Amino acid sequence: MIEVDVRGFSCPIPVVRTKKAFDENPNESVTVLVESMVSKENVSRLAQSRGYSVKVEERPDGYKLQLNPAGR
Amino acid sequence: MRQLWTPKTGIILGGLAFGVLAALMTNWGNPANMGICVACFYRDIAGALGLHHAAVVQYLRPEIMGFLLGAFISAYAFGEFRSRGGSSPFVRFLLGVFFMVGALVFLGCPVRALLRLAGGDLNGITALAGVVAGAAIGIFFLRRGFNLGRSTKLHTAAGWLMPVIMIGLLLLAIFQPGFIFESEKGPGAMHAALWISLLVGFFVGFIAQRTRMCFVGGWRDIIMVRDFYLFSGIAAFFIGAIITNYAVGNFAADGLYHWGFVDQPIAMDNHLWNFFGMLLAGLTATLLGGCPLRQTILSGEGDTDASVTILGLLVGAAFAHNFFLASSPKGVGEWGPVSVIIGIVFALCVGFLMRGKAK
Repeated sequence: MIEVDVRGFSCPIPVVRTKKAFDENPNESVTVLVESMVSKENVSRLAQSRGYSVKVEERPDGYKLQLNPAGR
Repeated sequence: MRQLWTPKTGIILGGLAFGVLAALMTNWGNPANMGICVACFYRDIAGALGLHHAAVVQYLRPEIMGFLLGAFISAYAFGEFRSRGGSSPFVRFLLGVFFMVGALVFLGCPVRALLRLAGGDLNGITALAGVVAGAAIGIFFLRRGFNLGRSTKLHTAAGWLMPVIMIGLLLLAIFQPGFIFESEKGPGAMHAALWISLLVGFFVGFIAQRTRMCFVGGWRDIIMVRDFYLFSGIAAFFIGAIITNYAVGNFAADGLYHWGFVDQPIAMDNHLWNFFGMLLAGLTATLLGGCPLRQTILSGEGDTDASVTILGLLVGAAFAHNFFLASSPKGVGEWGPVSVIIGIVFALCVGFLMRGKAK
């Protein structure tokens, strides 16, 4: 399980870190912890453009995004 | 129906509306090709507050107050207001200072670069090339792990400070006490009626908050992740502005605008320093995570680091005019090129040194 914790980072760091996780771990599920709605949108858009499914869970300190590659 | 309205539809329509209004603001009284210029307007506010004494660029531009307060209301309405700060505020302050120095060498921010091009000023192309080059350098640093650290949650009242200051500036603009400077001639003396500027500002602040519009981020995301979402807002802005300029007759024989590099309104045509000035602007904005419009919106959402960046923009404008760094229609300022070089060196140091985890 790959986890990227970008809570507190502002745009575009969450996208950069998630992209890095995708590139370094092809075909792996990635969990991303973000704080703001903007980061949630941006990371979701990146994931969808790469064919990942996105499951969002709201948490007291932001959002947990479960990103699964196609077929998983 | 639901599929017809996507976030991209929103930013395209928002960008179009912003472009149309930005062009019209000139016909309603703002300076030529400067219907909206976020950097120029902060520069005018710095002048109105007496931080610099360039008599031709002093005016409390209500558009800025409108942007920030529109974003503040929107952020509250949609549950996005979050008071936060502590992500390298001093570094952000200095990046804001140097953003402004670069922008005032070109004479415009990334918004005005598009607006100038939509008004026939081909120097906008040189400027946009500079913005893209600066963004590309910034992306190089982002890919190596550059970051300014995490912000933390703050007391709600901390995030209210900048909106309250903006209300104060608005009151000063309305009641015009004697200690506020106001240009009698030059660009600072050209402005739309206060209520028009304020309403347009509110509207743009609202849509920019909803759509996350950013005039540097759009270029950045294309190069970095091949994402055209933010760019579609930039493109729509440009199309809206150029169509409006043609539609209202600004390109007519007796109109305001003509195509070319020379004799353009409030502009100079030194290509070298137009390019490097905006390279500095594009680089600092990429390291900051957004252009001055975006920083203004973020500040309205409670981001106190963005508020510190705004203070940097104001101080940068003061330096630019007090120390002869800013250009004028006659050409580059005496110390403009040196200050751009210093700014680029500073930004490169920030990019190289601030990566990975802060120790």
